[in-house]
Amino acid sequence: MEKFIRQQGLVAPLDRANVDTDLIIPKQFLKSIKRTGFGPNLFDELRYLDEGYIGQDISKRPLNPDFVLNQPRYAGASVLLARRNFGCGSSREHAPWALTDFGFRVVIAPSFADIFYNNSFKNGLLLITLDEDTVDRLFKEAEAVEGYRLDIDLEAQAVITPSGESIPFEVDSFRKHCLMEGLDDIGLTLKDQDAIDSFEKRHRTERPWLFRDGKTA
Amino acid sequence: MASQTLYDKLWDQHLVKQREDGTALIYIDRHLLHEVTSPQAFEGLRLAGRKPWRLDANLATPDHNVPTSLKERAAGIAGIEDETSRIQVQTLDDNCNSFNIEQFTINDARQGIVHVVGPEQGATLPGMTVVCGDSHTATHGAFAALAHGIGTSEVEHVLATQCLIQRKMKNMLVRVDGRLGTGVTAKDVVLAIIGEIGTAGGTGYAIEFGGSAIQDISMEGRMTICNMAIEAGARVGLVGVDDITIDYLYERPYAPNAQQWEAAVADWRNLVSDADAEFDKVVVLKAEDIAPQVTWGTSPEQVTSVNGVVPDPAAASDDTEARGITRALEYMGLSAQQKITDIKLDRVFIGSCTNSRIEDLREAARVAEGRTVAKSLKQAMVVPGSGLVKAQAEAEGLHEIFLAAGFEWREPGCSMCLAMNADKLGAGEHCASTSNRNFEGRQGFGGRTHLVSPAMAAAAAIAGHFVDVRDFAPIPTNNTQVA
Repeated sequence: MEKFIRQQGLVAPLDRANVDTDLIIPKQFLKSIKRTGFGPNLFDELRYLDEGYIGQDISKRPLNPDFVLNQPRYAGASVLLARRNFGCGSSREHAPWALTDFGFRVVIAPSFADIFYNNSFKNGLLLITLDEDTVDRLFKEAEAVEGYRLDIDLEAQAVITPSGESIPFEVDSFRKHCLMEGLDDIGLTLKDQDAIDSFEKRHRTERPWLFRDGKTA
Repeated sequence: MASQTLYDKLWDQHLVKQREDGTALIYIDRHLLHEVTSPQAFEGLRLAGRKPWRLDANLATPDHNVPTSLKERAAGIAGIEDETSRIQVQTLDDNCNSFNIEQFTINDARQGIVHVVGPEQGATLPGMTVVCGDSHTATHGAFAALAHGIGTSEVEHVLATQCLIQRKMKNMLVRVDGRLGTGVTAKDVVLAIIGEIGTAGGTGYAIEFGGSAIQDISMEGRMTICNMAIEAGARVGLVGVDDITIDYLYERPYAPNAQQWEAAVADWRNLVSDADAEFDKVVVLKAEDIAPQVTWGTSPEQVTSVNGVVPDPAAASDDTEARGITRALEYMGLSAQQKITDIKLDRVFIGSCTNSRIEDLREAARVAEGRTVAKSLKQAMVVPGSGLVKAQAEAEGLHEIFLAAGFEWREPGCSMCLAMNADKLGAGEHCASTSNRNFEGRQGFGGRTHLVSPAMAAAAAIAGHFVDVRDFAPIPTNNTQVA
């Protein structure tokens, strides 16, 4: 996983509540058995005017000029500003894969759906929850000022605006640690192998029917 | 010991290690796998040289991509016409073979939608932790199992360690008091709940469903309710154990053997919230207030009763909601104040992990019996949730009722719920669907989904537009076990 410590990035505002994972990456692209290559189909139904399918020549597709990510001023954005309940719906990890493949490293919103939240941190995508008023203010600033950038300092847990204002944010210390170190959490869990082993033995003794063979040891 | 909620008990029974940073290692008893969210996880295991921790915890079946036409299904995986779908189903098959994971293969009689198959086999048991790379894993909470959807990284984590890194959620009780009216089903209850608390109302919570109306509902109805907990933002939905739970599980293939049955049942009896357990949030609905529900928008919270009208953005509580309603009406091709019963339909889909079990099919068949699908409809399809559901329905002659009425009778799979296979809506088409999500494009590019119960879907198929199923004779009974 790519580390995240501090990063400055162009901000793209996606002014819509309840953005679901079907909208982030439509199901037809979930047929891929890889983790990469989803970027061109991020927000497919919003970005393009035609129906997308796997293996299409993207360069020939008609773009929706009204969609925010198609506007030249937001080209190269790495910070997505969004509304409440971002990432609701399915558990598809293809959603954070598509966002990072496109180039986003940060999403800022008033709230996120639980599964999407988990999935994002496991893929180096930092999700920042700020209150509704603050997000609203950032929306206004990002829309008003072309080239609006935010400086995201994970270590200090602060979003720094162009005017130098520092907006603090909360992040789970374990997730922060993993993100800053780019850690694989399977390796971390396996350090507790003995604890898992002994739990499993006790569990089997107490409730053998939870195991296929029904044996207590 | 202090009083505990059901969720607290399940959490404590699976706590391997509490870490200082507030996270916890939670042991996973059952891991269900399907073809869409597992290939990258198996690849990850391979790249890291890791092996599955405990093989017998895993059970796999292909469901999202499988074709539902007999013609394509007859030749097994090789018969799947869409190349990318075929590769994905083949990849699951290859991975299960090489890692030695039990799989109900594409044409096994036990194949079906994972959330139908697990309970049907007794592979989901009270007191288990159940996970799957699919958000509708909440379904299994109907058995007082701690069940939730996970992403692909977590699929790999569970395969490799038999654990997940979790933070404890908060407790919410949704109580439905009273008795449901005739013709009002579990689906209407859960849609009404989502309408009440919103699609983010349950975020961060494990929701327990309780109250007399829930206690009266069958296991299949409870699964429908827990299935859609995620549509209210909650990863976990739960119902406490009672006789209905235990009777359902008796003699299922993966249920405890005869020697252990009594001990298991005694243990399961504790899987209810203590009488004085405290919840962080309590929501109460009156069963008598719930009418058959229909969603009009592009989020499951955009729902009203069949006798209602499409709302006016002007009546929204804030700007964000007003924009959401405006956008939804535009996408759905509806206008404010339009009557729900005036919405004309192009297709009807009866199926999905929410409503494809035998009781759902019986409920729809009762409405369809002796009637004919409206000529204005392009298609009405019934897709059983598993091979065993299909066989049971055929043994009862339900397929003949559907076929005689003009419905298509398909092979089991997820089908048009998410349209990863060939079953999908065309742009602008309205569909009465028994599935769980009415998101933009969910059932096909530009498709317009209205979520309803199986009885309401069947009635809509007959009428060609939405109708109150309670006005349709013979009136279907709700899916309760109490006479």
